[in-house]
Amino acid sequence: MLFINSLLKDIEERKLAGEARPGDPEITPELVAEHGLSEGEFEQILGILGRTPTFTELGVFSAMWSEHCGYKNSKPLLRTLPTQAPWVLQGPGENAGVIDVGDGLAVAFKIESHNHPSAVEPYQGAATGVGGILRDVFTMGARPIAVLNSLRFGELDGPSAGRVRYLFAGVVKGIGDYGNCVGIPTVGGEVFFDASYEGNPLVNAMAIGLMKQEDLITAIAEGVGNPIMAVGSRTGRDGIHGATFASAELTHESEAKRPMVQVGDPFTEKLLLEASLELIRSGHIVGIQDMGAAGLVSSSTEMAARGGTGVDIEITRVPVREPNMTPYEILLSETQERMLVVAKEGREEEVQAILRKWELEAETIGRVTGSGRYVIREQGRIVVDIPGEPLVTGCPTYTREGRESERVTELRAWSPEGLRPRDEEQDPAWAFLTLLDSPTIASKRWVYEQYDSTVRTNTVVGPGSDAAVLRLRGTRRAIAVTTDCNGRYCYLNPYRGGQIAVAEAARNLVCTGALPRAVTDNLNFGNPLKPEVYHQLSEAVRGIGEACRVLETPVTGGNVSLYNENPAGAIYPTPTIGMVGVIEDLDHVTTAGVQNEGDAIVLLGSNSDELGGSEYLKAVHGIVAGDAPALDLLAEKRLQQSLLETIRFGWIRSAHDLAEGGLAVALAESAIADEANPLGVDVELDDALPPAALLYGEAQSRVLVSCVGGDIDRVLAHFTSHGVEARQIGRVGPAGGRFRVTTPDLVIDLPIATIVRTYYDAIPRRMDASPIDVATALDSEVYVP
Amino acid sequence: MKIGVVTFPGSNCDYDCYKASRDVLSADTVYLWHGDHDLADVDVVFLPGGFSYGDYLRAGAIASLSPIMQEVRAFAEAGGPVVGICNGFQILCEAGMLPGALIRNRSLKFRSKPVHLRVERSVPPFTSAYAVGQVLRFPIAHGEGCYVAPEDELDRLQAEGLVLFRYCDPGAAVTEAANPNGSVRNIAGITNARGNVLGMMPHPERAVDSLLGSVDGIGVFQSVAEHLVGT
Repeated sequence: MLFINSLLKDIEERKLAGEARPGDPEITPELVAEHGLSEGEFEQILGILGRTPTFTELGVFSAMWSEHCGYKNSKPLLRTLPTQAPWVLQGPGENAGVIDVGDGLAVAFKIESHNHPSAVEPYQGAATGVGGILRDVFTMGARPIAVLNSLRFGELDGPSAGRVRYLFAGVVKGIGDYGNCVGIPTVGGEVFFDASYEGNPLVNAMAIGLMKQEDLITAIAEGVGNPIMAVGSRTGRDGIHGATFASAELTHESEAKRPMVQVGDPFTEKLLLEASLELIRSGHIVGIQDMGAAGLVSSSTEMAARGGTGVDIEITRVPVREPNMTPYEILLSETQERMLVVAKEGREEEVQAILRKWELEAETIGRVTGSGRYVIREQGRIVVDIPGEPLVTGCPTYTREGRESERVTELRAWSPEGLRPRDEEQDPAWAFLTLLDSPTIASKRWVYEQYDSTVRTNTVVGPGSDAAVLRLRGTRRAIAVTTDCNGRYCYLNPYRGGQIAVAEAARNLVCTGALPRAVTDNLNFGNPLKPEVYHQLSEAVRGIGEACRVLETPVTGGNVSLYNENPAGAIYPTPTIGMVGVIEDLDHVTTAGVQNEGDAIVLLGSNSDELGGSEYLKAVHGIVAGDAPALDLLAEKRLQQSLLETIRFGWIRSAHDLAEGGLAVALAESAIADEANPLGVDVELDDALPPAALLYGEAQSRVLVSCVGGDIDRVLAHFTSHGVEARQIGRVGPAGGRFRVTTPDLVIDLPIATIVRTYYDAIPRRMDASPIDVATALDSEVYVP
Repeated sequence: MKIGVVTFPGSNCDYDCYKASRDVLSADTVYLWHGDHDLADVDVVFLPGGFSYGDYLRAGAIASLSPIMQEVRAFAEAGGPVVGICNGFQILCEAGMLPGALIRNRSLKFRSKPVHLRVERSVPPFTSAYAVGQVLRFPIAHGEGCYVAPEDELDRLQAEGLVLFRYCDPGAAVTEAANPNGSVRNIAGITNARGNVLGMMPHPERAVDSLLGSVDGIGVFQSVAEHLVGT
């Protein structure tokens, strides 16, 4: 009550104005620039406050108006995305999106990037990325049931391989150590290798949580007088200005920012997870939010903005890890494993008892007010006083100039027509094995064997298939989850690349027997102030929106990561699509691997001459050019719907999406999906196409399925009647048999064991052959490929 | 028959053990809290996998000193059956209730994959439902599962028939290639001399449902149940 009284007094006096603290630096144009704020933005701040901000206030604005928190350059674009459907229970704007998956259950899910931290400190950068996204999910009231990771690195071969190996190994270990300890299975994801990501790897983590629909809770600060509590780890000096760091380009000096990277403690996370879920179920709290990017500032202001309320926080009550921390530091710290809780008035002790049970702390640090103002005190003296609404929603947004770079226009116009096969291609198996050995295509077992994928015993289909499948206990249902994006397509044609990312994610889900339901997207791009980058961003978002509308998979949230650049330029535009689908009955679960000798192999969709942007051009010829493959969204939808029907009829034994490496690689992956029990395949193709386009072209809307020989007529008839091209191209051979593909021009005929070895050894032979020299990796020129 | 599953801070397979016990045995199953001194009159205790107390210091080291472990030790000394899986095995070794130690995998990497195990003995209370030489398929998921012990201790384990499971290939051959973590003599699971305390790195509780790929773990739960019904 004392709190409220003093507050009323302040309001009465209306003299609330942040005071400069002794020792605070003077507010100069240089200091403003260092905080990543433009002159125009600073003027806007002066207008909001009617005075010069204090140093602490400047820090608050800097964080809230950073790209990371304020979405300055992406908000107008994001508004164009479809976000609604009858099954969407929570769309964008909360900690995570939530959809209805039937039987009274709901799934919360979100993807988030930790790219810049992982570039300078791969282990902690990746680990804390997993921690943050788990908190976003369990603060909705959902128990996390799975994690996926979408990763991009430079090349594992070549001059920078040492540094890339260090980053790759560190990121994988960081993800594994964190998720394994918390006990959430890592069930899937993707890894691409390309020089464009050298020095600026992408680490996108997606978490999926499950709850009863009635347990859904949102992060909202309601009820004037309700106590605001800091929960979990004590606040330290780690990660200060992480949000601002994430909103600038990486430079040679970025290495010096390693101390900005937060340090994760998965054990505390596990305790915080259990305590938070218990808190939510207890009914003692109103709202809960992770203190993530921009820590206490963003969590408290966002919760207040959602509730249309204000907050009044006494900063000295925040439990700290070290003495003499300033309000500036406490507010902007990104110490991990902390939550901000708005409790019901008078329930503080109950909240503390639950936290104590899990050996954690909870301290009341302030109150919800009706003033609409964001007030921070230090021993009673006001150091921050900002109107809450303009702080949270007033961040200026920009529609930048977008213009495609001439270089990309030229590259897209390139045609593979005059391309001469390499001499080595006289051996028909050479290009094929080169592709299977390409780390982007090869088995990622080296990665996922470091992740516990089976804990919590729901993993029906784990890593290595088109999508992961998790059962929903107590029901006949399951969910399928995947992440997808081909950055090369997006580079050559961002609009179509965005469409393909969505279409392929949905196709992956359908191949497992799921109906695609909703999307979370992670937009990884370069510096939006560069017209060619803004063009990529706006076009990719347009493509994503278009595909999501047609495929009925609204976007329920996500993350934007800009300024992903190294001195050689921007990364490939990489709008990662995380997608969730629902499998109605466990009997429908289907995997990529062929099942039985003698089964018919059927190709759905049409082969066409689509080598542009392909893995074949890159891995075999070292060329990144041409246009991204054509995509007809309506044809894609027909394919997916009719495939899902046949799966539900029980006619399909296996289904595998055709992606990087085209038909030949998809056939190999289906044959050797079970490494210990590979099956032969014998396929004959009669298309009048150049051999490389036929075997390795990446035409869209194609799926390889297998069925019992006796079912072939009705399977083909079904697809044909739905306007989907389907034809039998071969049969499954015996266990341990041969891999044989015959085309009008050549025959690939190999023992299946050769394919198994090439595909499964590609990454281990690059990673484990010699130890990683960390000292050299750290000393090397970091950001120059 | 009543089954207890201990929850330490950081346990993360407690739920899986609990569900397996309920689903397989339809048994009355309760969670036991690390800070309590009460075993709630259970007939068998499961120490589940996870990272108890963050595995700070050494895996299982702090948990081995927790209040509940004093009761578990007394329970075992009185002949009560105790099963430690993964982190539970590490805790039992740290508590001195089983010989030897579990150190980092030879590869220095966490390994998560299905492995094959050969049943070395078919004895109550843990393996009577299996046949000697039977090959089982269980998931493993651990970073510190390399079992080590002095040579004479290993000889004694062998001589006294205390090794219940070894890593093997699908054809039951105990080979170096089939050893996922570098454990000496491919040891995957052992008991104490009295035979009532089992420690194993692979996860039987994750292999009780054909939907998830294997039902081979059911035998561990059934063996325990048979034993309890018989006594």
